[in-house]
Amino acid sequence: MPILKVNKLTKAFGGLMAVSNVNLELNQGELVGLIGPNGAGKTTVFNLLTGIYVPTSGTITLFQDNNQTQLQCLKPYTICKAGVARTFQNIRLFKDLTVLDNVRIAMHKNLDYGLFASLFHTKAYSEEENQLIEKSLELLKILKLHHKKDELARNLPYGEQRHLEIVRALAANPSLLLLDEPAAGMNPAETANLTEMIGWIRKNFNLTILLIEHDMSLVMKICERIYVLDYGMVIAEGTPSEIKANKRVIEAYLGEEVNHA
Amino acid sequence: MQKLLGSNFLKKAIFLAATFGLVQLLIVTGVINPFIMDTLTTICINIILAVSLNLITGFTGQFSLGHAGFMSIGAYTCTIITLRVPTTLGFITGLLAGAILAALVGAVVGLPTLRLRGDYLAIATLGMAEIIRIIFLNLDITNGAAGLFNNNQYVNWFWLFLFTAGTVVLISNFIKSSHGRACISIREDEIAAEAVGINSTKYKVTAFVMGAFFAGIAGSMHSSYFYFIKPDLFGFLKSINILVIVVFGGLGSISGSIIAAILLALISTSLQSIPELQMVIYAAMLITIMLFRPQGLMGSKELSLSLFKKWSSLIHRKNGGEA
Amino acid sequence: MEQFFQQIINGISLGSIYALIALGYTMVYGIIKLINFAHGDVYMVGAYIGYFCMTSFHMGFLPSLFIAMTFCVILGVAIEKIAYKPLRNATRIAVLITAIGVSLFIEYGTMFFVKADVRSYPPLTGLLVKSFKLGDIVITMQQLLIVGITVILMVLLQFIVKRTRIGKAMRAVSLDKEAAELMGINVNTTISFTFVLGSALAGAAGVLVGIYYNSINPLMGIMPGLKAFVAAVFGGIGIIPGAMIGGYFIGTLEVMVSGYGNSMFRDAVVFAVLILILIVKPSGLLGKETREKV
Ligand SMILES: Nc1ncnc2c1ncn2[C@@H]1O[C@H](COP(=O)(O)OP(=O)(O)OP(=O)(O)O)[C@@H](O)[C@H]1O
Ligand SMILES: [Mg+2]
Repeated sequence: MPILKVNKLTKAFGGLMAVSNVNLELNQGELVGLIGPNGAGKTTVFNLLTGIYVPTSGTITLFQDNNQTQLQCLKPYTICKAGVARTFQNIRLFKDLTVLDNVRIAMHKNLDYGLFASLFHTKAYSEEENQLIEKSLELLKILKLHHKKDELARNLPYGEQRHLEIVRALAANPSLLLLDEPAAGMNPAETANLTEMIGWIRKNFNLTILLIEHDMSLVMKICERIYVLDYGMVIAEGTPSEIKANKRVIEAYLGEEVNHA
Repeated sequence: MQKLLGSNFLKKAIFLAATFGLVQLLIVTGVINPFIMDTLTTICINIILAVSLNLITGFTGQFSLGHAGFMSIGAYTCTIITLRVPTTLGFITGLLAGAILAALVGAVVGLPTLRLRGDYLAIATLGMAEIIRIIFLNLDITNGAAGLFNNNQYVNWFWLFLFTAGTVVLISNFIKSSHGRACISIREDEIAAEAVGINSTKYKVTAFVMGAFFAGIAGSMHSSYFYFIKPDLFGFLKSINILVIVVFGGLGSISGSIIAAILLALISTSLQSIPELQMVIYAAMLITIMLFRPQGLMGSKELSLSLFKKWSSLIHRKNGGEA
Repeated sequence: MEQFFQQIINGISLGSIYALIALGYTMVYGIIKLINFAHGDVYMVGAYIGYFCMTSFHMGFLPSLFIAMTFCVILGVAIEKIAYKPLRNATRIAVLITAIGVSLFIEYGTMFFVKADVRSYPPLTGLLVKSFKLGDIVITMQQLLIVGITVILMVLLQFIVKRTRIGKAMRAVSLDKEAAELMGINVNTTISFTFVLGSALAGAAGVLVGIYYNSINPLMGIMPGLKAFVAAVFGGIGIIPGAMIGGYFIGTLEVMVSGYGNSMFRDAVVFAVLILILIVKPSGLLGKETREKV
């Protein structure tokens, strides 16, 4: 059963076709990789999926319990409410806020108490705030960040900042999670740890995940299917072993004279 | 947890009641003379203005140079109504009407302009305040450049305290709620905030409208206490003065705004004896502060008991080391 | 119809003055992203220097203009070195407040020395008081002088920015400061030079406005300063031809509103135009939309 269908998605920046005619299809519960050389347009695809950029043309459809939503004309926050959350390649945490606040803010959209309660700190306020803290700490525990809940995000080491981005995205309670290079800058041990974590999260949160990653060991290990992007176009699609053997993919990477695999 | 919250609330209530009672006592006994009362009133009004602007600029990160415009809407509305209904009830009605009108104008102006970023928003809000001022200059009901006289002074220490403390408590409460955090997240990173489901337009406008509402209250109190208003009182310079209090105290620090409002009022009172140099010194001070402490007195920290403890333990340690 | 052309001619003279000030705003914003609130006051100082040259020292118009421009250059560079340079890496709001502080300092400092009274500019003499008629339209030599000097200065500016090394450096720094630095451009010198150009133009505008309105006072820089800034935003801030177009547009608009509508509302109309352009096209008439890369 599909959860996301992308049809002929195109984005032009002036004359540059950052993404052109991309078709993607993700099934419920899948873990799919999106790879490609630098500048291939991977992040741009994420920005289109999350409404940060408006597509030049094409459609994005999200399927959820019998209803389908067109995402291509929605604002980022409505897309998030519809069930798509993401992390950013160049970490975008709320740097001057605490770890706890970073997570709590992502839970705001599911909050019930209104302006009046927030001004007068009514009973509804304190009950929901307590729940918020509890839930946040639960999520933080998964990536072992709970003991740092009062630290400012900017003071976390790089790896933990990446982890916090994932927790924050989870806090938005998505059904589709987009991870943009979650392992960037991590050493092999950390990457292995992260790989395991992503699998665990997918199972326990019942998620569909689309993952951009340059670390091929990670991609090949956990992705069930992979899309390869080059110059904004999908040049290959298939299982990890099919992709490894694909000539066009090898050319695309060798043409760049960087061998990631 | 519930209990802790309760005791915290009690502490605050006792502190507020004590402050009110003490000042009331000083007024009754005549220690606070009319001159000191003027300064006290200015401080309170400036606290309301600064804390409400801090919500917009310090917490939500939206740069506004037009706060005096909202203040003037409150001031004129309240005066026009109290001139016709010269009772305390008339004053309170005028004050609320002024605040609501200011909030409405805030919504009308905010919706289209809050899409703008940084400097552009600053200039747009400046333009808005200028337009409001020019409208007041040209209306009959506002008596043009000559301004309006209010015959009665309805603002006394009770109202002053009620509205100042009310503003501070409500805005602090808001900031500590999830809605307040939504505003702060916009300041931190608007794109990330939207990506986690925060409707940034909604919260920017909310902050703007709330800020305008309280600025309207400040304007009403100003008009009622000081009897006289005219459009020039609410020009560009007034907006700047409010912003200076906020920046001097620290963007995103409510206690900073309060401290700065007090300090700046004291400084300007003491400079009143040399009127020809008052503004020059004020300007020089401004430049010096920005050059040496651009984050303001408090940064984005709040004055709190734990901070006091930290300071005192630091001092103790220092003293201990010397002994 | 005659009246309309007459208004256009008046608008062009006033617009010239706005354009000269707007150029300073736009160049400084283009290069360090600062709304230099003190710029309107540099222009006011220019008017006063010109005044003293002509009255106390009985100098002619052109030498007075030249001295006023020179003095403003010194003032502008001093402001940049003392107040703005130490804040190169501070937050935008800190720099903006500093600029406002400098502006207040100059306004009230000047007021302390020359007193708050309005002074009237010495009348022009000889050929310069003549005027001639084209049909029913009156063109004064004074207007020709204002427009003439403005055009000369603009041509000169275009030449400097487009044809000289330092002009190229200015454009490079405003495009990308880090990259320019890596290419061996002295960023600090370039920024100072931008202030030199902007302040010289403001000084000239000050003297010209003295002639145009005939009266000067220490707070005269605030409103024209704001309007010139509006002009710069209108044309697209950071873009030199944009500032010129914006200046002439705002000048003409203002004269038209006074002529055909209610002069009390002319400032309100200018600010309404500002808000409109910001909402419709925040990057201004000639500006390009830029988006943050995510
Ligand atoms: N806002 C923008 N304006 C102009 N061009 C852009 C913008 N965003 C991206 N691009 C361009 O689009 C192309 C694709 O960029 P994108 O960031 O999507 O690549 P990527 O596949 O994520 O690369 P990397 O692996 O380096 O992250 C690049 O050439 C980039 O310069
Ligand atoms: Mg990328």
